[in-house]
Amino acid sequence: MLTTKDARDSYLAAFEAVEASRAVAGWLAPIRKAAIARFAEVGFPSLRNEDWKYTDVSPIADTEFRWAALNERLHPGSLEPHWVGGTDVHRLVVVNGRYRGTLSSVGSLPRGVRIGSLAAALQDGADRLQAEFARLADYRGRPFTALNTALFEDGAVVFLPPETVIEWPIHVLYVTLGSAEPVVAHPRTLIVAGANSRLTVIESFVSLGDAPCLTNAVTEIVAEDGARIDHYKAGQDNDDSFHVGETAARLGRDSAVRSHVVTLGGRLVRNEYHAVLDGEGGDCTIHGLYLLNGRQHVDNHLRVEHGRPHCTSREFFKGVLADQSRGVFTGRIYVAEDAQKTDAKQTHMSLLLSEEARVESRPQLEIFADDVRCTHGATIGQVDDEALFYLRTRGLDADAARNLLVYGFAEDSLQQVRYEPLRRHLEKRLLDRLPQAVVRRDEL
Amino acid sequence: MLEIRNLHAQVDGHEILRGINLTVRPGEVHSIMGPNGSGKSTLSQVLAGRETYVVTDGEVLYNGRNLLELAADERACEGVFLAFQYPVEIPGVSTNYFLRAALNSVRKYRGQDELDAMDFLKLVREKARLVEIDDKLLNRSLNEGFSGGEKKRNEVFQMAVLEPALAILDETDSGLDIDALRIVADGVNKLRSPERAFLVITHYQRLLNYIVPDHVHVLIDGRIARSGGKELALELEEKGYGWLEKEARRVEPVSA
Ligand SMILES: Nc1ncnc2c1ncn2[C@@H]1O[C@H](COP(=O)(O)OP(=O)(O)OP(=O)(O)O)[C@@H](O)[C@H]1O
Ligand SMILES: [Mg+2]
Repeated sequence: MLTTKDARDSYLAAFEAVEASRAVAGWLAPIRKAAIARFAEVGFPSLRNEDWKYTDVSPIADTEFRWAALNERLHPGSLEPHWVGGTDVHRLVVVNGRYRGTLSSVGSLPRGVRIGSLAAALQDGADRLQAEFARLADYRGRPFTALNTALFEDGAVVFLPPETVIEWPIHVLYVTLGSAEPVVAHPRTLIVAGANSRLTVIESFVSLGDAPCLTNAVTEIVAEDGARIDHYKAGQDNDDSFHVGETAARLGRDSAVRSHVVTLGGRLVRNEYHAVLDGEGGDCTIHGLYLLNGRQHVDNHLRVEHGRPHCTSREFFKGVLADQSRGVFTGRIYVAEDAQKTDAKQTHMSLLLSEEARVESRPQLEIFADDVRCTHGATIGQVDDEALFYLRTRGLDADAARNLLVYGFAEDSLQQVRYEPLRRHLEKRLLDRLPQAVVRRDEL
Repeated sequence: MLEIRNLHAQVDGHEILRGINLTVRPGEVHSIMGPNGSGKSTLSQVLAGRETYVVTDGEVLYNGRNLLELAADERACEGVFLAFQYPVEIPGVSTNYFLRAALNSVRKYRGQDELDAMDFLKLVREKARLVEIDDKLLNRSLNEGFSGGEKKRNEVFQMAVLEPALAILDETDSGLDIDALRIVADGVNKLRSPERAFLVITHYQRLLNYIVPDHVHVLIDGRIARSGGKELALELEEKGYGWLEKEARRVEPVSA
């Protein structure tokens, strides 16, 4: 056990050690310094922080995570169950925050496209990447993003010049690999989609090994004017592990970013998603699904900022909570004064399978324009008796009927996954997790 | 096959069924008519095993067994089927997906082998043709966004796949256009057999032109006020329920 102050100090010490040993590009050093200074100042968020009111991070602060050793041995076969699609996928592997070229396979790419290691790309001094890096992810406001910014070693980069279309999906598999001791990783990803480019990117997070891990991920997504991005974040960490992550997106004029944030694992998970609609006609859709049991705690924290007129945003989140699990959903929609004709909609639906499961649902609207359409809705419910009866009159026993209804509730969200191999993969994972999530017969 | 004796049932403390007697033999088609709120759906839901209804008196024998003892799914496995007046919408679950699970659960109960995906697909095609239901509909979320007629057709389709021994159709004809009515009735008629019985609840004589019943019963205030042959339906069409309701009220004090 560490006191909070000790915990903070251990990260500061890690920074000193890393800083001394690595060659940091000139432009990056001040950013890292500013980030660690910010973390030193604020430390881990407490429950008094309004944004963290329902999520207690002390299990993270109290655990002494080790820096992962370099080049841990990892059998490629152990990654196999986590891949989706066939050979027509660009595959990237990031292990404990470090890009692993030998485990990755990137197919042939159009001119000017860069897909691979972020560190290498930053080192090569690509101006565009430098200009975008750490611009969206909020290391001043978010302690975990500050830590990631100060401590990240590597991660993935996707850079598409204007008018480029990448047909194959890009699948980044982030592995956090604990051995005997708890391990922390800070993977960092930057996706820049030039004007009118198109791509599909899947981010899968898994934890392998026996010890609990902490994955503190940051992904920045830039959609230039007219770009179209399908983005998926699939959290499949094991149930002892922690995940805190920020996805930060900026949408240019007439661009569209469509994300789906699926959480099917992890002991304590915080998914932050910050989108800024930065050009007229931008269209941001964020779907989400979480399925929890045991004592899992998942917090989806969204902020969509309408900065320009005529933009559309949609947030559709669904959660299934069994046992003593806990879900938190915060959806903040901010509409700037001149963002007229904003069309924003948000829903959060949760299904409680036990008396002890809890969910907090917090829609937060901050609207400074007057000609807008903003709606939000939240439902918290149990399995519908009439639907249960209907299925039972067809011959399904109570457990099977209940299972099917829960599956249907979640599948309704997964039907929005447009890349079919991923949808099938997630459906399978969903089914794997269901039996435990179902209330026993005697509780009916 | 089905023997209902003095059946009384309540919901939330209100007595809805107040002494129903009815005997159905294999191969027969019984039609139940009656004004809104008289208890027709309540009767069908009690027979199908809805737990929100409390049976306070009487008994129901099905093939000699106490039906009321069985859970809804056991009744289904024993061959009881209810086509709902208001089929339930279930997002994220397609008809085909759930029906395969249901059929296999029923087959397992009956000691038959489970159907694999191929055999099931063959069966679905055959039955879909029978009730002229669109394949696409069967792969969409169950009843979600279906038109009224599509929902009813889907009920008959499910019946055709599950091949029950006793089928209860609760106003399966309402919401159907003339063509759909004929198709659904044809579907039912093709399923008619010496072993299978039907309880057909309807408000309209026109359905009974297609599905000709052996017996017609009129349910009023939770009791069967009159039984007769198919000509009773014609009489009701002409005279309405008023005269039977008056009669029923007259006997009320005696049996209350
Ligand atoms: N939960 C309840 N509490 C009180 N009364 C109820 C409840 N549910 C149903 N009822 C009443 O029971 C009566 C019988 O309803 P039922 O649905 O069986 O009628 P029905 O004959 O099927 O009518 P319809 O022809 O309109 O379909 C109605 O008067 C209805 O209002
Ligand atoms: Mg009715």
